[in-house]
Amino acid sequence: MTRNRLVFFAVVAALAAVATPALAQGAVAPKWQWLTFAVFGVIIGITMYVTFLAAKRVKSAADFYTAGGGVSGLQNGWAIAGDYLSAASFLGIAGLISLYGYDGFMYSVGWLVAYITVLLVIAEPCRNIGKYTLADILAYRNNPKATRIVGAISVITVSTFYLTAQMVGGGVLVKTLIGIDYEISVIVVGILMLGYVLFGGMVATTWVQIIKAILLVTASILLVFFVWLPYGFSLPAFLRDVVGDPKVQAQVATLLGDPAKNLSAAELGQRFLEPGLYFKAPIDQISLGMALVFGTAGLPHILMRFFTVPTAQEARKSVIWAMAIIGGFYVLTIFLGMGAAIKVGPTQIRAVDAGGNMAGPLLAQYVGGGADSMLGNLFLAFVAAVAFATIVAVVAGLVLAAASAMAHDLYVGVIRQEHVSPEEQVRAARIATVVVGAIAITIGILAKGQNVAHLVALAFAVASSANFPCVLLTLFWRRCNTGGIVLGMIVGTLSAISLVLVSPNMTYPSVVRPAQEKIVATQAASIAKLNGDLATAADDAAKAKIKAGIEAAEKAKAVAEGRLKDLGDAKTSIVGLEKPWFELRNPGLISIPLGFLAVIIGSLLYRDKRAEDMWDELYVRQNTGILAAKAAAH
Amino acid sequence: MADTARIDWRAIDNDPRFQELHRRKTRFLWGLMVFSLVYYFLLPIGAAYFQDLFKIKVWGPVNVGLLFALSEFIVAWAIAWYYSHRANTEFDAMAAELIRDAEKIGGRK
Repeated sequence: MTRNRLVFFAVVAALAAVATPALAQGAVAPKWQWLTFAVFGVIIGITMYVTFLAAKRVKSAADFYTAGGGVSGLQNGWAIAGDYLSAASFLGIAGLISLYGYDGFMYSVGWLVAYITVLLVIAEPCRNIGKYTLADILAYRNNPKATRIVGAISVITVSTFYLTAQMVGGGVLVKTLIGIDYEISVIVVGILMLGYVLFGGMVATTWVQIIKAILLVTASILLVFFVWLPYGFSLPAFLRDVVGDPKVQAQVATLLGDPAKNLSAAELGQRFLEPGLYFKAPIDQISLGMALVFGTAGLPHILMRFFTVPTAQEARKSVIWAMAIIGGFYVLTIFLGMGAAIKVGPTQIRAVDAGGNMAGPLLAQYVGGGADSMLGNLFLAFVAAVAFATIVAVVAGLVLAAASAMAHDLYVGVIRQEHVSPEEQVRAARIATVVVGAIAITIGILAKGQNVAHLVALAFAVASSANFPCVLLTLFWRRCNTGGIVLGMIVGTLSAISLVLVSPNMTYPSVVRPAQEKIVATQAASIAKLNGDLATAADDAAKAKIKAGIEAAEKAKAVAEGRLKDLGDAKTSIVGLEKPWFELRNPGLISIPLGFLAVIIGSLLYRDKRAEDMWDELYVRQNTGILAAKAAAH
Repeated sequence: MADTARIDWRAIDNDPRFQELHRRKTRFLWGLMVFSLVYYFLLPIGAAYFQDLFKIKVWGPVNVGLLFALSEFIVAWAIAWYYSHRANTEFDAMAAELIRDAEKIGGRK
């Protein structure tokens, strides 16, 4: 213990030493960065302590992968929320609401509704027949070798997409927020995550997620309390202020462009609460909704959480808690997003981060008393630290899911045909964790500067088109068999990936170049005009305002020029297309039915005696939980 | 898994009590599933094709669209509550009976 603790402090000190000289300007002013580190240090300290306690309990593979099935429904509900509310959803959705109003809020609904699918058809059956991984469910009545291979490949694919998005997105976020260098933050996140998973396995991962979720919810409730208090907690009164705010009206006018000229200020403000400012393509919206409501049930790191509870009843309870927490959080984001829109202003939010990710943190700073106050910076530091902890918690869950597919399914299940001693199983799990962790850090650093936003969509697309049809049909359709699972996994994964590769998500130089060139030209013109104004400006105040305008224009011009430089001489996208061949950003509408169709056709074309013979056993067990409680008690 | 061999799964599957559980659960689950999907997809469909309806103000600046989006949360929670209520009181009891008799049904092989 003492030696461990010394090692731990040495690692923390080393990380701090590496991080300090790499500080630059972020949303947190340099003067206050120590506050962020202090808060983050406390969070790390608490979670590391839990990890120490947990490490003593990790003796078997069951302990490592599923905390020995000893997590309660309430704990698991918080952990699911902690696993699911990634930085993209907790900073991103508040940001979308602050910039686009109604559409941002509408976007959050699908993320909650997804859990109805999980609750009704996935959580309890999986708890009743599963062990550690998604492939365990597929292998139950189908050919274990074949289904473990395709299942593991799909799990690793989905996790890698999600992981890359988290690492790269997280790195950028930490840089914007605290000013730590991108590479440093990727490495720090990677090492911390490895520390939790390696020593504490699922127990530590669970607690990191629980603690993070509690902090996130507490921070949000506090912020909303202070934002909503002046309105006597009245929704119409609050929204009246939102629609009457000149900053909001100006933002709507910018978004609408020419049509805005015919609208009065009051109409512009009200438009913020109406749909259509962000989502322009309804079919794409529906396709995204399908990927969310079916994909969540196929996300390996979410599925894995249901193996950590002892019974189907606890699995049920955990989804109920998760839905209460996640849904409650999204309802709060209305106030976070709209509050940021009126208190901070869309222009200010976009100035720090174009995607709006800083809406929540900036609101925290405002509520605490502003950029120059101690309390304001403490609030900001707190939110920044929670954001950092979030990335660690989500990445830990993903790495555990990928490592379990590698070690439990591929190594123990396929290569060694289950002939592995308990000690070796744990060792395999730890080695796989290090491998996945190293891959995550490497990809994170290599993918610097890449646009990874579509990778989350891709992860959901594969999960909904491959994992979900396979899991659902093997659980509920008698005729489903090995042929269907193998074909479904292959067709679902490939169709989702290839449709994204030819979709508008990719960069098309022939489309991007003129747009960016236009930005460069307009900004150059506006700089010239502002310079002219500067010469004739009446007083210092006017001059300062113009100078700020010039600075903003130069910044925008530099960004566009950077994009043009990145494009180079390229004329086509990665797969050699001049323009998107498939118009939807989200392939779900096509790839989910294809995935289901492939499972059905594959099953009908293939004959598999085992799948038929085992059906009664699987179906009775998934419905009743016979033997499940006993198995968990071992 | 040594226990699985001692249970006659086919016999349980054919047991009227299991058949009843299966029948009730299937109808309930898929009915609820279809309802929740329809209700959810009404939101993006309404936001895209029924904007005039969504824009009607009902409570100060609060419009139909906003209330409908909020109702999605209420409905999702209500479905979750209703499902767990039925499962806790009805399905669990039926399953418990089968678990208790699991090794007896169909006689030991």
